[in-house]
Amino acid sequence: MSTVSHRGINAGDAVTDQAHVMPAMGTGLGADAAPRPAIQIVPVKGLPIVAVVVIFLVVSIAADWGWGLDFSHVAGGGLWTGIDLFVGLVIGPILGRLSIPARAEFSARFMPKMVLIMPTVVLMTLASGLQLALRDHNLDPSNPNHAWLIASFVVVGIMAVIALGILEPANIAVLFEMKKPQPDGEIIAKLMRRFIYTAGITGLMQIATLIIMTRVTTQ
Amino acid sequence: MSAQAHSPAADASPRRYPPVAELAVASLALVIIGGIFMASYFPRRPPLGLPIALLGGSVILVAANTVILTRLREFAWDKFFLVGRWALAAYVIQAGMIEYAFVHNHASGGPLVLLTLMLVMFALNVPLIISFTVARYQTD
Repeated sequence: MSTVSHRGINAGDAVTDQAHVMPAMGTGLGADAAPRPAIQIVPVKGLPIVAVVVIFLVVSIAADWGWGLDFSHVAGGGLWTGIDLFVGLVIGPILGRLSIPARAEFSARFMPKMVLIMPTVVLMTLASGLQLALRDHNLDPSNPNHAWLIASFVVVGIMAVIALGILEPANIAVLFEMKKPQPDGEIIAKLMRRFIYTAGITGLMQIATLIIMTRVTTQ
Repeated sequence: MSAQAHSPAADASPRRYPPVAELAVASLALVIIGGIFMASYFPRRPPLGLPIALLGGSVILVAANTVILTRLREFAWDKFFLVGRWALAAYVIQAGMIEYAFVHNHASGGPLVLLTLMLVMFALNVPLIISFTVARYQTD
């Protein structure tokens, strides 16, 4: 077993540390296994991209900039829906059938990216969506889209509780477990199962979002 | 007390934790329902009775969680606070963006105060769920 840590840019904060971990996990990753990739819980190199997205969003809302709002909503929503469907219905079932060491290796590369990507695309979609709804008067009770938008709020609300309450904590807990000198394979498997099931549920709920949003744009 | 309670197998069983994450999820769900209710009326003024009741329920659950957490012993508090402060920073930004979108669209008065308090609950609960979930597995 070897553990080599490298400091991230925020000295003293282990959340940005990287750790190359080659544990003897009780479930099969022995001492002969290749070292797993560096595990960085928050990929700090991605933070400037998030900052650019947030600034673009603030400017779009402040200026009521039609193209900026449309771009943020369509690009953010498309990515959110696509990623949820793909992870929940394609990656999830594949991951569920992999061995725990294989899952751990995949997760070490995949999960940190999700920590940055998902909150960013959700923020892009929701903030620009609210502004567009007000701009286009879709929230007016007399507007035929009003009921569809409320339905979309409900779907997003349920997805938010699942994602923020179960999926994301499991995602981050897996990364912390993998940073331990001796990760517990059972805990990783349990948390990954939670991640896969909840990703599947939110993926299915995104189908409802697709139906609602295509209705809204064609009314 | 049964003999089984003293057996090695019983000693090796995973530690049980109070339902901090579950209560935080319930508290989060209450403010999300309240937020959806208020947003569905926006830009009109929504009736405030239901959102106030939902916010009150959410605050009670957060208070209960605070009491439970202060009584926790042998817990990975270092990881709890480490993850908590990063998550808090992230979700304060998220809550700030949502607040900004409403303020920019002229939300004001009682509804804005209520919305702000709901966003405070949102920004407290999500980091609490994440940091508790991480810390509990770091303690085992």
